[in-house]
This record gives sequence, C-alpha cells and structure tokens, in this order.
Amino acid sequence: MTSESVSEETAEGAEPASSVDTADRADREVLVSVRGLKKHFPIMKGVFRRQVGAVRAVDGVSFDIYKGETLGLVGESGSGKSTTGKVILQLEQATEGTATFDGIELTETTGESLRKLRPRMQMIFQDPHSSLNPRMTVASIIAEPLREHGKGNAESQRKRIDELLSQVGLSPMHANRYPHEFSGGQRQRIGIARAIALNPDFVVCDEPIAALDVSIQAQVVNLLEELQDELGLTYLFISHDLSMVRHIADRVAVMYLGHIVELADVDALYDDPQHPYTQALNSAVPVPDPVVEAGRQRQILEGDIPSPSNPPPGCVFNTRCPLAEERCRTEVPEWRDIGDGHYVACHLVDHKTT
Amino acid sequence: MLEVSNLATEFHTPDGVVHAVNGIDFELRQGEFLGVVGESGSGKSVTMMSLLRLIPMPPGKIVSGSAMFDGNDLLEMDTSDLRKVRGGQIGFIFQDPMTSLNPVLTVGKQIGESLKLHTNATTRDARRRSLELLELVGIPDAEQRLKAYPHELSGGMRQRVMIAIALACSPKVIIADEPTTALDVTIQAQIIEIVRDLRAKLGTAVVWITHDLGVVAGLADRVIVMYGGRIVEEARVGDLYAQPHHPYTRGLLNSIPRLDQKGTDLETIEGQPPSLRKPPVGCSFAPRCQYAFDRCLTDTPQLTAVGFEHRAACWWDIENERPRDDV
Ligand SMILES: Nc1ncnc2c1ncn2[C@@H]1O[C@H](COP(=O)(O)OP(=O)(O)OP(=O)(O)O)[C@@H](O)[C@H]1O
Ligand SMILES: Nc1ncnc2c1ncn2[C@@H]1O[C@H](COP(=O)(O)OP(=O)(O)OP(=O)(O)O)[C@@H](O)[C@H]1O
Ligand code: SF4
Ligand code: SF4
Ligand SMILES: [Mg+2]
Ligand SMILES: [Mg+2]
Repeated sequence: MTSESVSEETAEGAEPASSVDTADRADREVLVSVRGLKKHFPIMKGVFRRQVGAVRAVDGVSFDIYKGETLGLVGESGSGKSTTGKVILQLEQATEGTATFDGIELTETTGESLRKLRPRMQMIFQDPHSSLNPRMTVASIIAEPLREHGKGNAESQRKRIDELLSQVGLSPMHANRYPHEFSGGQRQRIGIARAIALNPDFVVCDEPIAALDVSIQAQVVNLLEELQDELGLTYLFISHDLSMVRHIADRVAVMYLGHIVELADVDALYDDPQHPYTQALNSAVPVPDPVVEAGRQRQILEGDIPSPSNPPPGCVFNTRCPLAEERCRTEVPEWRDIGDGHYVACHLVDHKTT
Repeated sequence: MLEVSNLATEFHTPDGVVHAVNGIDFELRQGEFLGVVGESGSGKSVTMMSLLRLIPMPPGKIVSGSAMFDGNDLLEMDTSDLRKVRGGQIGFIFQDPMTSLNPVLTVGKQIGESLKLHTNATTRDARRRSLELLELVGIPDAEQRLKAYPHELSGGMRQRVMIAIALACSPKVIIADEPTTALDVTIQAQIIEIVRDLRAKLGTAVVWITHDLGVVAGLADRVIVMYGGRIVEEARVGDLYAQPHHPYTRGLLNSIPRLDQKGTDLETIEGQPPSLRKPPVGCSFAPRCQYAFDRCLTDTPQLTAVGFEHRAACWWDIENERPRDDV
C-alpha cells in the first residue's frame, strides 16, 4: 500500500501531489500501515465493576511507516503516543481499526502466528531502570529473546551476545554483570542490544532518551542511527523532545488527545507547520541560542489539555485553539493530504499554497 | 545581594561520603536572572538547598563556606532568623509542587498561612492578597481556586500556585529548582511567560535551576554551568552560548539538537559523569575531556577570568590552543 491509496480512502478532494514526488513516494515500500486505529480503556466503578466511561487513549489514527524510515511521533503527556506504539505491536488489543505489518493484518493475528512475527517487531522503553530484570546478568537479559525463539545453541548464543554488546558500544567483558552496575546510558544500550538480538525489521522506540542526561542522549541517538544504517531498521520514534525528533526523523506525526493532527516530512513540519497545534508546539520549544530566543515570536496556548475520558466534541483542539470557529465545536475535521504527503486535520487548512 | 563563597557540602552515607558540592563561589545581583545548568547529580539542588540549610542533616553536612545575604551569613544565622528569610525574603519553587504543597489545605489557606507567618496581615488582608496573587500568576477563576485542594489542580496550575506562594511576601530572591521540568512544553511556555512578565513588573532576582539549555537561553542574564559539584563556567548568557570556554560547556552545546535547524550531526561527550564518592583530585571532567593533559589529573582548576564577566575553570586555553599561563 502506498501513500496514494491513503489519500483515496481518507482524503477526498486532496490535491494530487506533484509528479516528481509521486514517483518518489510510490517507490517507497510501506512496512507498517495503520487505519482508523482506536484504543479505549474502560473506566469501571462500583462493586459490580460496571463500565461508566472510557479513556479514549487513541481515537482513530491512520498513517503508514515506510521501510527504512524513522517516523517521529510527538505530542504532550497523555496524548496517546505509547498506546499507539503498543497497539501496533499487539501489546495492547485494538478497540477498533487495523494495523498491518509487511502486509499481515496484526489485529487478526494471534497465538502461534503472532509469536512467530514477534522477533520482527521490537520495542525499546523509556526507563532503562525498570525495563531490565535486576536479578539477571546482562548476558541472560540479551539471551532471553534468543532462547525464547530457539535461536542457536548455547555456544552460538554466547557469540551472538558478544557481537551484540560490541554493536551497542559495550564490552563483551560486561556480559556477566548486573544492570545496577551500569549507568543509565549503558542500561539503555543493553535494552537496545536485546531489542535487536533477533534481527527485527521494525522497532518502536518509546522515549528512549527521556530518562538520560543531556550529554548521554546524543550517544544513544547516534547509536540508534548507526544501527538503522547497518541493519536497515525502521523506527517509530516516540518522544516529546521536538528538537531531537527534528534531528532523527524522516517524517513526523503530531498527536493531541488521541488524534494525529498533522503528519509531514520533517522539514515541512518544522518549517511550514499547518495545524494550529503544531504551530503552537513549535513556538513553545525553547532554542538553545539567546540571539534567536530574543527575537522570537511566541504563541502561548491558553488552558490545559482536556481529559481523554471526556474529549471535546468537534475538533479535539477547539478548547485551546486561537483560531477556533463555530463549526470547530461540532464538526470533526477531516484527516487529509493537502499535497506532498502532508496530512492535516483542521477545518481552516486548505491545500498547500506553495 | 547574595554572595556565596567556598561552599562545600557532603553526605555521610553508610556506603561512604558523597562529595556533592566541592567549593562553590558565585554572586547574585539585585534583580538579575541567574540560570544554573548542569546534569543530574552535578550539585545544583544541593547547592541551593545548602544556602537555606534545607538539606537533611545528617546525612548532609555543610563542611565549609559562607552565604552572605543582606550583610548576614545564612549559614551562621540562628534558625528563627533563617526561618524568616525562607519564604520571606527568599522564596523557593520546587520541581514537583505536590511535594511542597500541603495536600489537606486549600490553596487559599496555604497562601494565607505564608502571608500571616511573614507579614502581620489580617485574615481579610491575606485573602485579598491571595486573590491578587492568583490573578497575577494567571489563574482563571481565582475566587473559585482559593477553595480548591492541590490534587484538584493540573500540574501547570499547581506550579502557578507555588509561584504565587513564593511571591506572597514580595521576596527579593526567588530560587526555582527545575520548576518546569515536569510540565508539558505548552504549559512550560505559559509558566515561562508568567515569570518573564513578573520579573519585568516586580524586579525580583531569580535563580533558575534547569538542565535545559534552551530555557535558560531565553530567560537568563547570566549563567552558571555546574559539573561534578563545581562551577566550571560562568558568563553572561550571550557570551556563554557564543563563546563557551570550558570543554564541557562546549561539548554540551554541540550535543544538543535545535528545533530551528535541520539535521546536523550531534557531537558526543564520551564516558559518564563522575562519581562523587571519591574526593575530587584534579579536574573532574578529565576522563571525558579531549584536551586533558598531565596537570588536569593532579591540580584542580579554579575559576579564572577568561573575558569580561566570564570565568572558566580549566587549565587549557581553548582560544589560543595551549595550556593556560599559571594562575
Ligand atoms: N492501561 C491503561 N489503563 C487505563 N488508561 C490508560 C492505560 N494506558 C494509558 N492510559 C491512558 O491513556 C492516555 C494515553 O496514554 P499514553 O501512555 O499512550 O500517552 P503518552 O502520549 O505516551 O504520554 P506520555 O508522554 O506521558 O508517555 C492517558 O490518559 C493514559 O492515562
Ligand atoms: N540526602 C542525600 N543523601 C545522599 N546523597 C545525596 C542526598 N541528596 C543529594 N545527594 C547527592 O548529591 C549529589 C548532588 O545532588 P543534587 O541533587 O544537587 O544534583 P542536581 O544537580 O540537582 O541533579 P538533578 O538534575 O538530578 O536534580 C548527587 O550525587 C546526589 O546523589
Ligand atoms: S479545526 Fe478549528 S479548532 Fe481545530 S485546529 Fe482547526 S481551527 Fe482550530
Ligand atoms: S582542566 Fe583539563 S581536563 Fe579539565 S576541562 Fe580543562 S583541559 Fe579538560
Ligand atoms: Mg508514553
Ligand atoms: Mg536537582
């Protein structure tokens, strides 16, 4: 499936992309494809645990991830980024919608067939402290997926562990130590080694650097980039650090209250954002340069993010949007391609002007 | 207005001594905005908490130094006088407002308490002033919010309440320890805007601790960079970013991506921050420093002038690419 078929399905009236770009985009192979994906967590109450409502963590998102690219997924706390990643990997069950991986419908894959697919899709977590078992040595942590999926004998597993450790910049001498003997950055490297142990195609990186010191973040990001080049990995890179996402991503999706409100090539998203939320988000991120900061126009959003258990009707952003008009409070804006694979959900955004 | 010299703080734990702060000198001037940056564990919080003797003692121990505030040494002052300074002339804002707000008191009560403790405001005055303060920090429906309990407010609202409490007694100094780190970026922008606005209005001096070099760039007049319990560089904000002198500051600035620039390569500082368990000998950045030479391993570099109002603690003269002349 290509981006063109997305526009057919979901973006009526979208302008056809320029011919050069069409050719370029058609060449890219889709690895992961998500359509109308929803995840609602029931809210239970009372002695009989009756359902009294639902947290609409993910509320209908559609996007593709191309083979070999890094798709950045940004948004504020609670916007549904992690849940989106988990539902794609089937760590959470979708409430509605579909997610396909390499043409296989994941939401209908279960049991043994899902287990067989697992090695190809992995996840790296935010907190390198809690995601590693403190009672296991580094070697057994990394070997776990190898054993679970019956890859090789003890001897070849041993060799693979050494290889993986050097690949992530640790010494094979570290194999018999325990996680607490490592720094945060090193622990994240161990998590990465485990994630790539089975030669995955697709890795969801969920805030992989958020818990790390500034001087260590660049080390880990550079490592992820090197491994991507070496192993041809495809990443979904979840982060609330918009500056780092600009650095690492090829395309970026912006989430707000369970919805993706904008998705575009990285430079288009940062240099020419179309959705009012993306614009406000960009303007809120401080730039480490006093000269730039002094001359910056700031757009401050008012109010707080509404609760995902009671999202506003119409456009989810309407309670804070400086441009909101009457229909924004009743009509849900359509998710559509405004040209060049730039997707936006806003009533006021037409086709790309450039 | 506030002058700190040779401040050193240790923690005596069962596993040994943690040398958290190792001889710090800095001053804070009237009405200025001082940014304090550094990585986790570099000693930012312990430095500021030590000033007001807010660290737990034991295991903490202030082993040396003085902190002159308005002619008095905060470290020598008796506790009842110090209590008046805290929350009176010096206000504090912490990263997590939930730990410093009392969960069983309404917002109005908490601001009122602080007012009554430090001024001789009557209950009615305190109420009126609380309302003013909430409006000042941009809390809508201030009247209603006075009756709210902390858990009924969002993170951003709670942080505003903290700012209101810190401002309650018109302090000369506010020390803010990572006040926006736990907040979402659009909420952080709201808080920063309020602080900017308040500074212009009230002229309060601010010490703002953060690990975000972006936040400081837009707010500070001067910046202090901490590493391994020491100040390694100090400069006016423009100079620090345009001409960092210390290899650590330089490395840090080159390792962070920018929102306004296309994918440039990120330089890395190899290795890890120092352990504070051993008494520091030489430069604590030496194991990670590309310029390190013999002297760095044995002598501890002191802050030295490298330009106008610009000091760095490094034996290597990065501008002229040679060891610094003896100082
Ligand atoms: N297992 C769960 N049960 C109930 N609610 C959940 C569960 N997991 C997530 N949620 C809720 O779903 C919403 C989206 O959560 P999610 O963790 O996906 O957000 P996020 O964008 O990853 O946020 P953050 O940046 O804080 O990690 C939140 O309101 C969260 O509280
Ligand atoms: N109560 C304590 N007991 C033992 N060690 C402590 C205590 N409080 C702080 N420390 C140690 O002192 C050192 C400096 O800590 P400090 O909290 O000042 O760092 P920081 O620069 O504020 O870091 P962060 O950015 O993580 O807040 C750290 O190594 C810390 O572990
Ligand atoms: S649809 Fe309306 S409320 Fe939503 S972002 Fe666009 S203008 Fe704002
Ligand atoms: S004193 Fe030496 S080791 Fe320390 S920062 Fe300067 S050159 Fe590097
Ligand atoms: Mg998350
Ligand atoms: Mg701290």
